[in-house]
Amino acid sequence: MSEWWTYTLQDFLMFSPRTYFRMFELYNREIWPAQIAAILLGFAVLFLLRRPTAAGSRVVCAALAACWLWVAVAFHIHRYTGIFTAAVYIGAAFVLEAVLFFIEGVLAGRLLFVPASRTARRAGLAIFLLALALYPIIGPILGRPWRQMQLFGVAPDPTAVATLALLLLIQGRARWELWIVPILWCAVSAATLGAMKAPDAWILIALAGVAAALAIRESLRRRRSGAVVPGVVPASRAN
Amino acid sequence: MTRHLSRRDWLASLAAASVASIIPDWAASQARSAILTRPIPSSGESLPVVGLGSWVTFNVGEDRAARDACAEVMRAFFQEGGRLIDSSPMYGSSQEVIGYGLQKLNHPTQLFAADKVWISGGARGPAQIEESRKHWTVPRFDLLQVHNALDWEEHLPTLSAMKSAGRVRYVGVTTSEGRRHAEIEKILRSQPMDFVQVTYNIVDREVEERILPLARERRVAVIINRPFQRGALIDRFGKAPLPPWAADFDCKSWPQFLLKFIVSHPAVTCAIPATSRVDHVRENLGAAYGRLPDEATRARMAAYVEKL
Repeated sequence: MSEWWTYTLQDFLMFSPRTYFRMFELYNREIWPAQIAAILLGFAVLFLLRRPTAAGSRVVCAALAACWLWVAVAFHIHRYTGIFTAAVYIGAAFVLEAVLFFIEGVLAGRLLFVPASRTARRAGLAIFLLALALYPIIGPILGRPWRQMQLFGVAPDPTAVATLALLLLIQGRARWELWIVPILWCAVSAATLGAMKAPDAWILIALAGVAAALAIRESLRRRRSGAVVPGVVPASRAN
Repeated sequence: MTRHLSRRDWLASLAAASVASIIPDWAASQARSAILTRPIPSSGESLPVVGLGSWVTFNVGEDRAARDACAEVMRAFFQEGGRLIDSSPMYGSSQEVIGYGLQKLNHPTQLFAADKVWISGGARGPAQIEESRKHWTVPRFDLLQVHNALDWEEHLPTLSAMKSAGRVRYVGVTTSEGRRHAEIEKILRSQPMDFVQVTYNIVDREVEERILPLARERRVAVIINRPFQRGALIDRFGKAPLPPWAADFDCKSWPQFLLKFIVSHPAVTCAIPATSRVDHVRENLGAAYGRLPDEATRARMAAYVEKL
């Protein structure tokens, strides 16, 4: 791209805010009643996090893999690509995240949701709850119709934020490979919302930023204490 | 006193009613002057000075209601005397939405279809152009332009060959936001072409220095994109009052003020504001009627907005 420094976020925005938010309305209409399943899945994950076990962690990872795959295909590839041609590549990245959760969390059982510190646990659960309960009402609070609500499990922003929250709860070293796609998506989505002057951008940046900052803090703390924490803990020890 | 209508009376009153229903439209069209046009230098064909862009506004995907709204914008555009619609494969679903509108409007004969080729590598150009043509649902394009001068060395010969074969009527090159002007100048100087498309508005006036005079000298038609700086100029000036002397060149609103400034430049053939609203497209086309500002008034217009 020549003269790249002359480009602004606005130059990459191919659609109007009206078209973007109406896309969620049409998407919600198309996938109904998948939203009910997504809400139930969200609360099931919350329930499993109360008393984490190896088996429960596998189920949480399977749920996350399913959500990322759903959003990749149903949202990015099937819907978003209609107004944003590059969405097909974003969809591919979401498939990759789903595969990573499936391999690391379901097949290998390397991900156990037992946070190393109370701060990580509290922050992780709080951000997860916000992704679950706050995201659907952001639009209506900002004056957009309920029909355009974005839900964890079926819409990309709350799914990415909830995933970052859950990654904070993982025992042992930070699984940075799982952070890449959600963080990149949050950056892309915040840039899109920012170019449309939608205040949602700041909420996304704040939630993703807090999760990433806490993950870095936890990682540094672990490194300083020199503790060697195994990535896999038997279910009996986790209990 | 009552009387029964004879067949002759009935036919006479029917004819009178028909004439009466036509007269207001006819009278109104006579009262309004003809739409302002500019000739395409390479052919002499006239084009209305205001066209219709499709960047962002027509990229509505599969949304049926939004597609219908775009079709209504196109209907109003043609009703007001517009001809040139411009799009690109870069504009998401805009080409398909234009095709949807054209089918819904039964392919208005006055359409001047302007599209672009935007792909790396000249060999891939013809396939993209054919795909675009299918999206538009037109037998051929009137104008094909190399979008953002991307790989123009490879695409321009293809477009010229298509023109020779009668598969397109005009060829050109585009840029926007003031980028690659040196390259556009080089192309203008060295390549035979019919159109060049650049950004020009009352604030972004760099093209006045070299591109516009050169296009005039080379007898190349000029299409102007971003006439409102993507709406920013209307947001910026819209709350200020129009100067009273704007009425001297039949200007009733800020969009018309901004458009009349552009199309009154002697090198400009057509400006292409984009909109998704029927009232806005009618307002924009209003700038293509009545008087245009002269050179002194143009300077006054620029000075006026500078103070705002």
